[in-house]
This record gives sequence, structure tokens and C-alpha cells, in this order.
Amino acid sequence: MITFPLTIITPIHSHLVITSSGSGADCMLWERILAREIRLYHLRHRRRLSICGTAKLLSLMLHPFKGTELCVALTLQDVPVTAHSASPNSGPKLIYVCSDGARLQGDVFSVGSGSPYAYGVLDGGLRWGLSKEEAVSLAREAVFRATHRDAYSGNSVDLFHITAQGWSQRTREDLREEYYRDMKRREKIAEERRRVTTSDG
Amino acid sequence: MEYLIGIQGPDFVLVAADNVAANSILQMKHDADKMFKLSEKILLLCVGEAGDTAQFAEYIQKNVQLYKMRNGYELSPSAAANFTRKNLADYLRSRTPYHVNLLLAGYDDTDGPGLYYMDYLSALAKAPFAAHGYGLRKRFILNLPSFTVRVIDKEGIHDLETLTSGPK
Repeated sequence: MITFPLTIITPIHSHLVITSSGSGADCMLWERILAREIRLYHLRHRRRLSICGTAKLLSLMLHPFKGTELCVALTLQDVPVTAHSASPNSGPKLIYVCSDGARLQGDVFSVGSGSPYAYGVLDGGLRWGLSKEEAVSLAREAVFRATHRDAYSGNSVDLFHITAQGWSQRTREDLREEYYRDMKRREKIAEERRRVTTSDG
Repeated sequence: MEYLIGIQGPDFVLVAADNVAANSILQMKHDADKMFKLSEKILLLCVGEAGDTAQFAEYIQKNVQLYKMRNGYELSPSAAANFTRKNLADYLRSRTPYHVNLLLAGYDDTDGPGLYYMDYLSALAKAPFAAHGYGLRKRFILNLPSFTVRVIDKEGIHDLETLTSGPK
């Protein structure tokens, strides 16, 4: 039996990271196909394909399979390093591509069966100007709440932070005990509050 | 639930489209632009099934641009509308029909403003005003929060202020 660390987030190159949901097998295949195609582009044209181009290429490759059982919903994130920082193509980008044919660029996406729960947490805490620690903590909380409530999400949370220097990965965290740790934390805070109010009153 | 509306005036066409890109019950984007610029004075508004909209509209857009490159002058709105309808009709009885509803708005220098209504069965009708979907503000159970508005006149396409519902 072959086992390997299963990841939902797959770095393709130093600046491009893909997250996947839908059918696991379909996603693994299409990520490999996409990685091959953009590597070929890089070799042929001596420059990296932009993330918008990558997303469009993926969307066009998936289009013939529309209406079949193929189920792939990917988000591509990239912080390109370009010589002209004033061009509209620079800056971090997040693009959602799915096997239905949708291709959307946006600031925040949550994909998969647990996404309504994740959106709930994300939309509550999201604002421009978050520090890296605040953003990491918000993302982790969103995934945690989704894995708790959604039957088809679970186990652990991976976090990738992507900047112009490339991607960096936080150590994988197991969430199975997290709910009980969180409960205990809340109990402690509630107790503290009760202690403070009774001592004041 | 997507919404398009077009109104033809004496020397302009006014069009508006909602801004939501949805995936079942979730709003994935609240600032989606559903209008595709075919040429300096023609806009194609496109709603319908997820991938079909962008694929079909961009295909039409690129072909209209190609016509201009090959022939040196742009397609008229009427010609563009008929070209679009023909493509929709050709795909209708294939294995991969496009499920899209369209409004094409344009200003022809000789004929003036024109608004064309097309649906996924490839019907085409030139109309003074037309819409797809439900845009009722007060009575409809679902509320569309914002709309992109543009107007086309002899000068070209102009953006107007985005309409939003909600406290000002």
C-alpha cells in the first residue's frame, strides 16, 4: 500500500499555490496536468505564465468535460514578481476555477462542502489591514469551525503564506483535539469573567 | 438569480446588470461585471450557466474584434447580434449547447441606438426595452444588492454610478 502525506494545498512553483476541493482524484490529476502545461510554457517562452493566464488555460482545458462527472474546484493564488510594479498585472491574486466552467477573480474565496461555515467566520473577521498573525488566526479559525460542523471536512489545517518572496508553510496542525481545547479555553475565560464580576460586586 | 435590463432612448441605450456571481446559495463575488465590450459602441450582457457565459461571450467578443482586424471596420450592432444568434443556434442542437441569456446594446452611426434581446433558445428580437430575470426591489424574495450601469451613445460607452441598495 502506498501512502503519502495528502495535501489539499499544493505548491506548483515558488510563487503559485493551488488549493483543491471536489473529487480528490480529479483534482490530483488536473493539478499535475496544469503543472506540466505551465512548465512547458515556461520552457518554450522563457517566462512564467501569469496567474490569469494559468487560470484561463485551466478553464479552457476543463471546458470539454463540462456536463460530465468531473468535479474540480480549485483556487490559484500567486504573488508575481514583476519588473513594473505599477502594471495592473502585479500584486497578489486569487482566482477560483471550477469544472462547471466558472472562473472568478476575487479577494476572498472559500470552496468545498464546509465553505458556508468558513465564510461565516471569515466574513465576520475580515478587513483590510489585518496583521499576518491576525490573518493566520482568522484563517485557522475558519477552517477549524468548518471541519467541526461539516461532515466531509476534517482532521487538520495547513496554512500557506504567500508573498513576493514566495510561499512559506506553517506546520500542519491536528484539529481533532482542538474542539476540546477550545471548550476548555472558553470555560476558563468565562470563569475569569465570573471571578472578576463577583470580586467587583 | 441574475438580472439584466436594457432601455433604448432616442440617441442612447441604457443597460444595467447585477453584480453577483453565485455558486448555489453562496455569493462568491459581489462585484462581478457581466458586460462584455464587443467594440467601441457595442456591449454584450450575458447571464446563464456558470462557465457558458464567459466562454460564449468571450468567443463572440474575440470574433467581433477579429472581423475588425481583417476588414478594417467594425461590425454594426445588428450584424453582431445576428452573428451571436447564429452561433447560439448552431450550438443549440449539438451535444454542448450554451445556456446563456443575452442582451446586446449598441449604437450604429447610421441607424442610431439599438437593443437586441436573445435567449438560450437562440431567439432574437430587436426591442425598445428588454430584461432577463427578476429585478424587483420591494416585492421579490431575493434582493440583488448592486448593479453596474452603462450607457452607449454616439460618443461610445460610458460608465454610470453603480447602484447599491442598502443604507446610504
